[in-house]
Amino acid sequence: MHDLVSIFASLDSPGIYLGWGAFQIQLGNLIVILVMILLFVLALFLPFPSGRKRK
Amino acid sequence: MSLRENPPREHAPEEDEYHTWTGKARGALLRRLPADKLLPEDQPSYVASWIYVFGMGAIVSLVFILASGVILGLNGPAWYHLSDLGHFVNSVHLWSVELFFMTMVVHLWGKYWMAAWRGGRTLTWITGMGAFLVSIVTAFTGYLLQTNFDSQWIAFEGKDALNSAGIGAWFNVANLGQIFMFHIILLPLAVGAVVALHVLLVRMHGVVPPLEAAESDAQLQTGVRPDSEEAGR
Repeated sequence: MHDLVSIFASLDSPGIYLGWGAFQIQLGNLIVILVMILLFVLALFLPFPSGRKRK
Repeated sequence: MSLRENPPREHAPEEDEYHTWTGKARGALLRRLPADKLLPEDQPSYVASWIYVFGMGAIVSLVFILASGVILGLNGPAWYHLSDLGHFVNSVHLWSVELFFMTMVVHLWGKYWMAAWRGGRTLTWITGMGAFLVSIVTAFTGYLLQTNFDSQWIAFEGKDALNSAGIGAWFNVANLGQIFMFHIILLPLAVGAVVALHVLLVRMHGVVPPLEAAESDAQLQTGVRPDSEEAGR
């Protein structure tokens, strides 16, 4: 039971927060936003593999 | 009683061919969404770009969310809180949601910057935004169901916003049973219905062409009947 409580307690840790002046963001949220921007830019510039030849 | 033989149709049905409301409804549906538009074999060449992939990515993520959610619902909280397999399926559910929102947001950015509401696609855009908003509410109820201190914190921060909006009496974030029913029945049905309507509208109007595509582009003329509204644009 004690192990169970410690597992749940670890899930409730506040996480790492980054701040610049009044702006504050959790590291996890920042990573997700950066990954989305990266995906967007890659989607615009990476060549799309050509599929099967069509008639 | 006589039997009337219906010859096979090679053309789109005309409105006066039907006389009952069921027939008229079928005719209207077939005119707006013929089988070759509903399940197309080809897409225009401009669709061959990674930016057109993220809508389908969101749908695949949604399928994973629904499938893992069904397994979680059938086995119950004790299973997904205490067993290894339960933890795994619970994590699949969470990470599918993360992927769902990431692909949906990139899809939204792509469609925003190509002004995807052009060419009579206003309702497609609105249903897409509707799917996004309903998904946020669904995810919110999911975070409330973690049944840990995190969900307790979210509930007691969220209740003030909901009470100030005047809906706290019938959407009570502190009522776990009510939120559970919202999360596993009502909201998934709403997300599924809005996403299905969104996809049907994309099929009806076709995938939006890039902004730089010329109006005389032969790709844009494919599948557009000369008498339709889009052909006149």
